[in-house]
Amino acid sequence: MGEFLNDWGLSIPTFLPIIGAAVMLLIPKDREHLHKLIALATTVAVAVFGLLLLIQFIDNDNYGALNFVVDKGWIDVIDSRYIMGVDGISLPLMLLTMLIVPLCVIYSWNHFPEPHNPKAFLMLLLILETGMIGTFAAQDLILFFVFFEVVLLPMYFMIGVWGGENRRYAAIKFFLFTLFGSALMLVSFLALYFLADASTFDMRLLPEAAAGIAKSSQVWVFGGMFLGFGIKVPMFPFHTWLPDAHTEAPTVGSVILAAVLLKLGTYGFVRIAIPILPEAAAEWAPFIGLLAVIGIIYGALGCLAQRDLKRLVAFSSVAHMGFVMLGIATLTDFGINAAVFGMVAHGLITGMLFFLAGSVKERYHTLDMSRLGGLLVQAPRMGWILGFCAMASLGLPGLAGFWGEFPAILASYNPAEVLAEETFRSYMVIAALGTVLAAGYLLWMLQKTAFGTPREEFANDPHVHDATVSEYLAWAPLLILILVLGVYPHLLFGATDPAVVNSLNDCLDSVTSGACFDAAAGK
Amino acid sequence: MLSSLPSIVGFVRPDIDWHAVAPELTLLGVGAVVTLLDIVLLERGRAYTSALAGIGLLVALIPIVTLAAAGDTRQMFGGAFVVDDFALILKAMFIVVAYIVVLLSTNYIAEGDYWENEYYGLLLASVMGMVLMASARDLITIFVALELLSIPAYLMAAWRKADPRSNEAGLKYYLMGVFASAIMLYGMSLLFGLAGDTRLKEIAAAVAAEGSNPVVILGIIFVIVGFAFKVSGFPFHTWAPDTYEGAPTPVTAFLAVASKAAGFVALMQLVHVGFPDAQDIYQPLLWILAVGSMTAGNLIALRQENIVRLMAYSGVSQAGFMLAPLAVAGDIGGEALSAVIIYVLIYAAMNLGAFAVIIAVARRTASGNISSYAGLFKYAPGMTILMSVFLFSLAGIPPLGGWFAKFAVFRAVVEADTGWGYSLAAIAAVNSVIALFYYAKVARMMWFEDAPEEADTTSLRVPPSLVAALGLTGAATLLFGIYPAVITHFTDGTLIALP
Repeated sequence: MGEFLNDWGLSIPTFLPIIGAAVMLLIPKDREHLHKLIALATTVAVAVFGLLLLIQFIDNDNYGALNFVVDKGWIDVIDSRYIMGVDGISLPLMLLTMLIVPLCVIYSWNHFPEPHNPKAFLMLLLILETGMIGTFAAQDLILFFVFFEVVLLPMYFMIGVWGGENRRYAAIKFFLFTLFGSALMLVSFLALYFLADASTFDMRLLPEAAAGIAKSSQVWVFGGMFLGFGIKVPMFPFHTWLPDAHTEAPTVGSVILAAVLLKLGTYGFVRIAIPILPEAAAEWAPFIGLLAVIGIIYGALGCLAQRDLKRLVAFSSVAHMGFVMLGIATLTDFGINAAVFGMVAHGLITGMLFFLAGSVKERYHTLDMSRLGGLLVQAPRMGWILGFCAMASLGLPGLAGFWGEFPAILASYNPAEVLAEETFRSYMVIAALGTVLAAGYLLWMLQKTAFGTPREEFANDPHVHDATVSEYLAWAPLLILILVLGVYPHLLFGATDPAVVNSLNDCLDSVTSGACFDAAAGK
Repeated sequence: MLSSLPSIVGFVRPDIDWHAVAPELTLLGVGAVVTLLDIVLLERGRAYTSALAGIGLLVALIPIVTLAAAGDTRQMFGGAFVVDDFALILKAMFIVVAYIVVLLSTNYIAEGDYWENEYYGLLLASVMGMVLMASARDLITIFVALELLSIPAYLMAAWRKADPRSNEAGLKYYLMGVFASAIMLYGMSLLFGLAGDTRLKEIAAAVAAEGSNPVVILGIIFVIVGFAFKVSGFPFHTWAPDTYEGAPTPVTAFLAVASKAAGFVALMQLVHVGFPDAQDIYQPLLWILAVGSMTAGNLIALRQENIVRLMAYSGVSQAGFMLAPLAVAGDIGGEALSAVIIYVLIYAAMNLGAFAVIIAVARRTASGNISSYAGLFKYAPGMTILMSVFLFSLAGIPPLGGWFAKFAVFRAVVEADTGWGYSLAAIAAVNSVIALFYYAKVARMMWFEDAPEEADTTSLRVPPSLVAALGLTGAATLLFGIYPAVITHFTDGTLIALP
């Protein structure tokens, strides 16, 4: 089994969804039940495969290095290879993806948004899964780029076909913003290829090969990547596509967007931009940190100004991703560990919040918070789940959200030595204020929707009922994980820490001791 | 007495390598048979012509394969006609493209009650000119090939005789084409006057010797501008939208893909073989043409309401991308050619595919308006998916073929490692985003909008030849994107034989 997993462990779950989609393509549209079964079977198979990978990963006991590495020829003429592998940073995110997608299939089992058509919807979901898993597994820049872009088209169609009122605008805005970033990112990748000592796109070799690039060029190359990843995150001021996309997307689309797609950006920083170009990262870090804290405050203020529940959750994403970026900007292992934890936690919690928003919308046919109220009266279990998720989102200790935010704030007290301490300490103060605002808007949201008595228009509405079986099935794993990771964060930190230390290896010491940067500056 | 004539006028019959000219001769033969068939069988021959033309094109592929298998570079006429890897790849591409155009034309021409034999005869003549262009390494051969491929195309553009717009298309194309030929010919005469020889290798030597001579500069500029018309580069693109819209759609596909590619073939030969030492002259010129084409083409395309006009302006913008590697050709040499060839090959597959869908949908809607695509997903999901594949491939979204074409261009301009190269890369990146907007506009119509009330929404019937064309282009577009090595296998290494 171990042998098999080491060779095929990543390729099979990456491409299994697309095979499932191909099978569905051949089956007529009206056999809806069969389509749902195929989609469920495929995604569950992928999830089971993910579980096997996890067991083998623990068994290999080498969290810091790449596991299950495959290295085969792909496009020889440009020295791009099919290299896949996961370590402690990418595995949690990949497992998160493998978990979320089947839950999305279960959640949508009986309520596909208009215009229905489960065949097309589930096929897009499966293609999306291939793209997401592939991005986390790819260890070659061009392969990474291809997977990174594969997610665009399905998401564009998902928002555009199954979305809300303003879906056309939201879909194209999402697409154009992301494409703009990734086009410049591709130019950066190419510049890296030609400027580095070795002509390669191999992420394993590039940190060393890129060390010789002149610092001025590094800063430019990093700039291209910053746009590509920063728009995806999204960082302030590139965040404007996010509230629109989230608000208009169908529930499942919002969940995937929040839980996984946003992570592609932050993952890019952690995996590619910083390890390969640490010097440039040090130049950019204060600026990234600044945008991150602006994002935290701006997102929180944005939340307070919303009337729409889904839009509020979307703006809270901007704020949360600000914490993640702040952790990354400190360039310390502590901060980056916090960032990876923050990504997973945000994926679980915000994914849950979007599920809930979708269910509220389905019952009340509105997300206008001034018309909602009394969820705890009408659907008490759902109300409590909403309360639980709001607590997790505001960073209550004991739930997963806490371990993303608190260490990120702590890390900025003591950033890497090359960075100005005063700057980051002031960021810390601002970010801490952000948590207060977060508590404010989340409690306000809870008060508006869950507390009080139902409005007259909904008081006797038979549509408003408590959570259904498919909802429980879809939510339970997420709720359990939020609690488990909150109580026992080592589960995740234990895996990420060796990988983070390893990915920053030389430069991490340097970041704490200044050695690497001095050595590089002397070149 | 007669036998001594050659020695008096000093004429020696040049050696002819029949194998090397076999593709051209096959096309000539098939063209002649198609034309004769009409004379002998009259109306009874109509049904067979398109099949015959298609088979003839496939037969012409055989000598190309055997030449490729032989693997050596062949020269004739003192280096005026060369068969090397560069020529073979492009000859094969022209023939396959023509084959797909025949598939696109079969029902269109037969059902429209147009003259068929003449149509296919002219098509084959035009393809012969393109195939010849791939081997032409001499000004006269280039010019003859250009006219041979253009003149039949002028006629084909006006094939819908009863429609004034088709007449306008043909006439406009003819006038602009002749105008461009004249400018080019003037440039060629200047270069010839300087070098005393029409062969590109001799011109290269003369250009190297007298680089700063204004005659050289003018000659190079005129020749390049002449071909800028052919590839519909800005600001010489103005004929394209009207001609594309008025011409029969299969002819438009032919012009947009094959004729444009032929222009690029000539440009590549001129830049790489003819003026390798004049990069100070042609690089800035091509830089301006590339940036102008991609930007202007994109911006105008944003406002188009007609799908064919949209494709025309998108073609202008795509031409800008194809010109980009040539704008750094002096800095990176043969890599620029590889990039352009990769782009041209992938562009051929995805653009022909898009036109195949346009033809198939127009059979139902009889309209070129983008709004007539509304609700296509509801009644023709297969066609919608294919069109989305082609459009997003044109926009360069992985894993569809177009991404690798764009990638090859980015790679070439970044490799130059100059300010010109990096600025071109940045401009191209911005342009690929703008382009997405109008491609997505068509996709939005098909997927997101509902069909108008009065529209016929029974499922769409597509004739078998169109299905074949869609299958070929769709499979190629996907394959090129997922496993680009199928193309790079041919485009890697030194392609063009330098004397």
